Amino acid sequence: MLQRSRKSGIYLFYPRSFARGVAGEDLEWVEASGKGVVYSATVVRRKSEQGGNYNISIVQLAEGPRMLTRVLGVEPEAVRIDMPVLARVERPSWADSAEPVIMFYPAHRS
Amino acid sequence: MTGKRPPQSRGSTAIVGTGYAGLGLAPGWTPLELLAGATERALADAGLTLDDVDGICAGTFYHFWPTLSAAEYLGIRPRWSNADSVGGSSFLAQVLQAALAIDAGLCEVVLIAYGSNARSSRNVNGLIEIPRFEAMYAPPVPLASYALAAARHMHEYGTTRAQLAEVAVAARKWAQLNPDATLREPLRVEDVLAAPTVADPLTRHDCCLISDGGAALIMTSAGRARDLRQPPIFVLGAAAAHWHREISQMPDLTRTAATESGPRAFAVAEVEPSDIDVVQVYDAFSINTILFLEDLGFCKKGEGGQFVANGAIAPGGRLAVNTSGGGLAFVHPGAFGLFCLIEATAQLRRQAGARQVDNAELAVAHGNGGALSHQCTVVLGSAATL
Repeated sequence: MLQRSRKSGIYLFYPRSFARGVAGEDLEWVEASGKGVVYSATVVRRKSEQGGNYNISIVQLAEGPRMLTRVLGVEPEAVRIDMPVLARVERPSWADSAEPVIMFYPAHRS
Repeated sequence: MTGKRPPQSRGSTAIVGTGYAGLGLAPGWTPLELLAGATERALADAGLTLDDVDGICAGTFYHFWPTLSAAEYLGIRPRWSNADSVGGSSFLAQVLQAALAIDAGLCEVVLIAYGSNARSSRNVNGLIEIPRFEAMYAPPVPLASYALAAARHMHEYGTTRAQLAEVAVAARKWAQLNPDATLREPLRVEDVLAAPTVADPLTRHDCCLISDGGAALIMTSAGRARDLRQPPIFVLGAAAAHWHREISQMPDLTRTAATESGPRAFAVAEVEPSDIDVVQVYDAFSINTILFLEDLGFCKKGEGGQFVANGAIAPGGRLAVNTSGGGLAFVHPGAFGLFCLIEATAQLRRQAGARQVDNAELAVAHGNGGALSHQCTVVLGSAATL
């Protein structure tokens, strides 16, 4: 789900109660497409005993906003800028948290 | 306000004293002790005492109300204070605000001070405030933020790993001329290229130091400055801008708000980038130097990598950039903004020793706060530039 302004059609991420271009009562929650592309990516280098290397990416959502996330399903080094990705909501393997979070996977295997 | 009066008066205030304390490693010293040590030196440099100080700006990672803590520690009773907290550029923003406060008659002598024991305490928690919607991805901040910016710059403009390395190598060469610098052993481009990445594409050589240290500077009116011990270094213009907090919300990872702060500061100072003799930009990471040289107008957008190649910003190059060795090689006690200002002042006073730039009359000190978030540009000049 993403927040959208009824008036302007602008999508927001992260969720807000008031911001430039939208009024509080103007915001609605709508189904997100889950589609995006990698805007930038890095490989955080960690020793294997500390969990190993992992990806941190900024994904540009098809609806417009960007979010910090991780791209999974490929080696961290294989995540490329402009790569199309799809969202999945999963429990993170790297954290004890029971809260599911939004992760991304490559949209197609090449 | 009538709207006719210019917001800043060019050259109406000056930096008249600077000081450092405990640079590098200062185990057992608290942030306030380091701040006070730097203040003592800055006042002595200016030929002033704490009795003269009636305004204070301060910031640390360790004090929620830093001007209250610092003023109480020093035993002073300021009539004006400002603790603008916008990251490492806070101190440049404080120069702008101190200039306005002095111009307005709110105070006459302002202390701007900083202290940190980031290295010996390993406590940089004040730097790390990951928002609720990002914490679960465990980004190592600020490292990952700058790695993402560097990756995007390389993608859009073809900036190379070797060009990033040139920034670190130039900083090291300047540091070799600075007896106070932490890292003075030789560094070559191939050493940087051979180093493992810590967050791709950055290696440890692309990342600033984590140091202890205090720094302080004293500002006063141009009139009072003329009677003091040191040649006054005049504040010709300053401007700030910020567009985001977290890197994920930065509108364009290759273009910072320095594109706004720079031109505004240059306009007040009535100078162009091509007039500037010495440039001090906050190099928390090697990509910063490239971004700020572009955004401040020293080269075109996307050409920063080529601009720094072949030793162009090292000693003897086409532009003297980060002549102290910068955060990459001189010192970086958690925030470097004040050190940009102090090095610019040293160069314009012609007191920079082996690293002195010939005929330095105009300098830019540019601060960066957060994750390329807050940008503040200060143009400084010698008496000849008034």
